[in-house]
Amino acid sequence: MPDNASTPAAMSRHEEAMRILADVPREPGVPKPDPILVADHVTRSFGGLKAVDVSHVEIQRGSITALVGPNGAGKTTFFNLLTGFDTPDTGSWLFNGKDLAGVPSYRVARMGMVRTFQLTKALSKMTVIDNMRLGATHQVGERMLQALLGLWRGQEKTVTAQADELLARFKLLEKREDFAGSLSGGQRKLLEMARSLMTDPTMVMLDEPMAGVNPALTQSLLEHIKGLREQGMTVLFVEHDMDVVRDISDWVIVMAQGSVIAEGPPGEVMRNEAVISAYLGGHHDKALTDSGVSFTEEASGT
Amino acid sequence: MDWSYIFAVMVTSAFGLQAIVFGLAAIGINVQFGYTGLLNFGQAAFMAVGGYAVAVTVVELNMSFWWGVVFGLIGAVILALLLGVPTLRLRADYLAIVTIAAAEIIRLILRSVTFKDFFGGSDGKQAFADGFFAMNFLPPDADLRIGPAVVNESQLFTYIVGWSLVALACLVVWLLVRSPWGRVVKGIREDEDAVRSLGKNVFVYKMQALVLGGLFGALAGFITAVGAQNVNPDSFKTDATFFAYAILILGGAARVFGPVLGTVIFWALFQGTDVFLRQAIDAGVPIVSLMDGTQAAVLRVMLVGLGLMLLMIYRPQGILGDRRELALDAR
Repeated sequence: MPDNASTPAAMSRHEEAMRILADVPREPGVPKPDPILVADHVTRSFGGLKAVDVSHVEIQRGSITALVGPNGAGKTTFFNLLTGFDTPDTGSWLFNGKDLAGVPSYRVARMGMVRTFQLTKALSKMTVIDNMRLGATHQVGERMLQALLGLWRGQEKTVTAQADELLARFKLLEKREDFAGSLSGGQRKLLEMARSLMTDPTMVMLDEPMAGVNPALTQSLLEHIKGLREQGMTVLFVEHDMDVVRDISDWVIVMAQGSVIAEGPPGEVMRNEAVISAYLGGHHDKALTDSGVSFTEEASGT
Repeated sequence: MDWSYIFAVMVTSAFGLQAIVFGLAAIGINVQFGYTGLLNFGQAAFMAVGGYAVAVTVVELNMSFWWGVVFGLIGAVILALLLGVPTLRLRADYLAIVTIAAAEIIRLILRSVTFKDFFGGSDGKQAFADGFFAMNFLPPDADLRIGPAVVNESQLFTYIVGWSLVALACLVVWLLVRSPWGRVVKGIREDEDAVRSLGKNVFVYKMQALVLGGLFGALAGFITAVGAQNVNPDSFKTDATFFAYAILILGGAARVFGPVLGTVIFWALFQGTDVFLRQAIDAGVPIVSLMDGTQAAVLRVMLVGLGLMLLMIYRPQGILGDRRELALDAR
């Protein structure tokens, strides 16, 4: 899909999401008109530390929602809980109306909620195209008996064609036969995102998609994320860089010390007193929004 | 120094009983460790299950050899499930610890005085292979002569069956690893969370790999039992597992023919060194003849250890392996 053709449509999707969310009150845990994900009373403790304590949060379908917050706010832990990579102490959450609490991670992915990782998990000892093929779900050849009998060749062609299409879109086609380990950090992020799309998801969860990506690739990565919304997918992503958040997100959820402390459109949320004090310790009264000041912190350890 | 004798020993060892048995065991480990990244340090237990199943079924249950094979395969599946269910959800090192301990438990039960009437204690079991050799289609005088070494028709029959099983095992591995199934297990070897995030049930794949590798281990047990016409608990010590690992790493892990090449070279060198050292002692070669034959047998095991170390340092991918996709550093 050429980028220049998709841009006006992406704008309209963005505007549509903004319009729908315009009337939503700016308060933590506010109900959305058409939520794809609804989480209730999700808590997770590590020893004495309550890493996540979210009483209620909803994600609007078809929007790009950013999950921000200072280091240690529990964003990644919350991500892991939602996608089944960690088990909560309490809580339940509905994805597309289905209860996901206690559902193992692989089944979460099959239900259409796919995630990427903060530390990119491109399988470096496999070729780029094999990474992509691995992403396709419902492959008969992944069953042992059918694999032995060679009943997978027809489907493999379909899968490969789908993979090539995505590789072309993510501009990785010329790297097709290279080992994924030979890609740059940014290309690995692109590969991981493209691979996750092979599962044909309805919701994409991106854990720090921009971490470790060189500035030249950032813009292209942002366009791809916007492209997901354009295709009707819902995106939830964790990010530190407030410029990025302002650029692409329709809605921002701010977490601090495990809880949701504020919600709203990117421009408004950054002027929120609670947010500023959560980031800066409550001693600063200077507004952060219009100066282009970035909240970028060390990308590790969230 | 009788070089033609040394050469004959090397050739017969390269394609002999031990080479087949450890080739099959190493093919099993290749599925588990080479492709899936599972550290099974208890392959000897799967071999013991296969060997003893045949022996006990024939001698104690008075059933046919084939029932022994069936019980051996079922036993290997059960053992894999028992080992896998508690450990495969945990980190890979747990499987390593549990398998090495389980293999020792099984060996000690087999050799225990309590079960001597059933398993034969440290003497093991004999006289159960008639049903196997009844199938021998070779004429009675079909001896194979390699220089001074003679392979009689019973041995030859065992070797034919054994190498056929090796070929079959290689075919199964080859079909699997080039399929999407193989792609998934190779993904698991590298990063199981990534594979999980793409909707694959990682636990099931690991279990399948563990069971399949265990079945190949049981095949190795059958061959060693009928070939030696004897099962003995001490042939299933942890050494057996580590010999199989040495063979796999020598030939090249995650390569279909790695274990086969490894076992041929390993046994040729291992037995070749033994005869060579003994001959050198007899010939009074200086320094070497300070040892006696028993010490020479121990020395070659040391040489195996040294060889493994050198291999890990200078060619960790083995002879056929590809360094780029090497999994030896993984978990």
